[in-house]
Amino acid sequence: MAQAQTFKGDALTLEQGWHMPDRGTVGIAFLIITETVLFTIFVVAYLVYIGKSLSGPMPKDVLDLPILATICLLSSSITIVLAEHALKKGHLGSFKLWWIATIALGLEFLGATGVEWHKLIYKEHLTIRTNLFGTTYYSLVGLHASHVIVGMAFLLLVMAVTLAGFPIHTQFRRVRFLSWYWHFVDAVWVVVFTVVYVVGR
Amino acid sequence: MASIDYPLDRTHRTQREFSFSETLYRWVATVDHKRLGLMYIVTALIFLVIAGLMASVMRLQLAFPNSHVVGPDTFNRLFTMHGTTMVFLVGMPFVAGLSNYLVPLMIGARDMAFPRLNAFGFWIFLFGGLLLYFSYIGGGGLSGHGSAPDVGWFAYAPLTAKAFSRGASTDFWILGILVAGIGSVASALNVIVTTVSMRCPGMTLTRMPMFVWVMLVDSWLIIIAIPPLTAAQIMLLIDRFLGGNFFNTQAGGSAVLWQHFFWIFGHPEVYILIFPAFAILSEVIPIFSRKPIFGRPAMVGAVVAIGFISLGVWAHHMFAVGMTSWSNTFFAASSMLVGIPTGIKIFNWTATMYGGKLRLDTPMLFCCGFLLQFLVAGLTGIMLAVAPFDWQLHDSYFVVGHFHFTLIGGLVFGLFAGIYYWFPKATGKMLCDKLGRWHFWLFVIGFETTFVPMHFLGILGMPRRIYTYAPDRGWDFWNLVSSLGVIVQAAAIALFIWNVIDSLRSGEKAGDDPWDGWTLEWATSSPPPEYNFEKLPVVRSSRPLWDLKHPHDPDWKFEQ
Repeated sequence: MAQAQTFKGDALTLEQGWHMPDRGTVGIAFLIITETVLFTIFVVAYLVYIGKSLSGPMPKDVLDLPILATICLLSSSITIVLAEHALKKGHLGSFKLWWIATIALGLEFLGATGVEWHKLIYKEHLTIRTNLFGTTYYSLVGLHASHVIVGMAFLLLVMAVTLAGFPIHTQFRRVRFLSWYWHFVDAVWVVVFTVVYVVGR
Repeated sequence: MASIDYPLDRTHRTQREFSFSETLYRWVATVDHKRLGLMYIVTALIFLVIAGLMASVMRLQLAFPNSHVVGPDTFNRLFTMHGTTMVFLVGMPFVAGLSNYLVPLMIGARDMAFPRLNAFGFWIFLFGGLLLYFSYIGGGGLSGHGSAPDVGWFAYAPLTAKAFSRGASTDFWILGILVAGIGSVASALNVIVTTVSMRCPGMTLTRMPMFVWVMLVDSWLIIIAIPPLTAAQIMLLIDRFLGGNFFNTQAGGSAVLWQHFFWIFGHPEVYILIFPAFAILSEVIPIFSRKPIFGRPAMVGAVVAIGFISLGVWAHHMFAVGMTSWSNTFFAASSMLVGIPTGIKIFNWTATMYGGKLRLDTPMLFCCGFLLQFLVAGLTGIMLAVAPFDWQLHDSYFVVGHFHFTLIGGLVFGLFAGIYYWFPKATGKMLCDKLGRWHFWLFVIGFETTFVPMHFLGILGMPRRIYTYAPDRGWDFWNLVSSLGVIVQAAAIALFIWNVIDSLRSGEKAGDDPWDGWTLEWATSSPPPEYNFEKLPVVRSSRPLWDLKHPHDPDWKFEQ
């Protein structure tokens, strides 16, 4: 027993006071890290190939700054935080409102990308095979857009189950993980915007 | 002394017999980390035998000059499939299998953090492997060109372009590996989260077994290193299917960029593959030396250091492509730098043995083999890190000898040590020690006979990946010796397989703790029940079972 006293606290208190980080939190954090590496490689490829295209069209001739789409996507990060807070406080009505706003802003972004691609393909005749700019542009922006689409699918899923009457506040943790993913997609857009529309032009 | 009362001796309940279809269902539908771990390991062993047979055919072809066992096209497919299989379908599932089986047991958890993700990871990995092998049937594609992939395991551009690699074989390589990579990332993510979030009370990071530490850093490397490969493969798919220009030099694209992207994955991958051996040695050597591991903090520090430095050494595979001398200098220096923590590990394992009460059972023999052979591999690695030296021997058999010393002399020896050590835990039966010794000595002799001559061949100028050679080059003798070694190695592997089958059938009963172990996996029954521990353990030192067995001299009195 004398030995036991030299040990800081006995086993029982150790067991009760033992808290490990939440596994969902750690999981989503490392998922974001591994996704970041994936994007990094595409960004590096884009940077390496800036100005290396042997034929036109060149970025400065065909790219317009997607200001509205950027504002929409970045504000959707704010609305999803507001939705998250509303859900935490149990205000289901304002949660739905902010959630729909997030979806609308995300859809506006995707729509703007679609319009931009349509213009590039049919008016400027820039496809993925035209030149290096086309290849890297569609790959990087497309990879980002595909992540927005995945996020959108989950946003819609949450919306659908909420409207169907599922008690979404019981899934607050998962809603928060989705919101982190959405922030990640936003942060990637800041990098893509800088690389493609500022540095690359 | 409240409740460190997970029992060392317990009554064993007998389970009812299951019919074949029930058993099959229980294995296919399982989310239990132990079953998934075993499935990973068995899959890896099957692929090991397949890829080993491919290597044997190559050695048969190269045994004599101007021989015609296989033609050049088949030879290209053989070395491509051999390398790809060994790296992605043998090494990677061993990583996943070992960490899946042992990490939860060692940290006193009842399962992984995400059991269903775990099952997903295994099945998608298996699907990727089968997809790669389906290329033998479907690789011809609609145009009928090609069979299995033949572009080498690192698939350099522009050889992989549609114009040079016709048919679908390269696409099978891309998709099979991409899909298997998703499984690896899923499994690594799971190991990280399990280690961070699922440790039993008292299991602080300083008390965590070295095995778990190494696997944690290994998983970190996987989630950092696999995405570059995935990204590069997506680019290659865009090039091949959508007419993209990433690696199309005609349109200004760069073939060297593929090399960079591949080796940003490829070099950390080498550490990913060797880490399980590090992990195994860090458990087996202390147990069989009856000493705690020497310099534990330095061991942890070294493995974490490797986990970061190894991310910055990739271009030492590319000294011969003509980089700037600044790049050459940087990557030569960083490659030598990574030798320091690796050297610390070798030193500490040796120091653990020094003055210990050595028990030279089969697992320990394999560890000794590892230490000597991996040391040689490390030294030839440092030689190759010297850029001017590499210019002389790049893409020669010296390089082949070097990395087979790391991956067989290091990794495979480590894995056999681990299999002999934990087989009793997983099955409840001991592997026969006498057969194990035969296996060890035959494998050492065969291994050395095969791979030592490769270094000489490289210095004599024999390039890798040639399907045959003329008799007047001075390569005949060493090639023949090298090929003869394969027979001995094959005998060793056959003996091992026989040992596994025979021990499963009629092996000596192992009991729960045959090696007098110190880590938590030995505190549960062999094989462990699905829930691992009846009562979650509480841990006070890095050797919880030592504390339990020596209540008057526990470690926690000295560790703080």
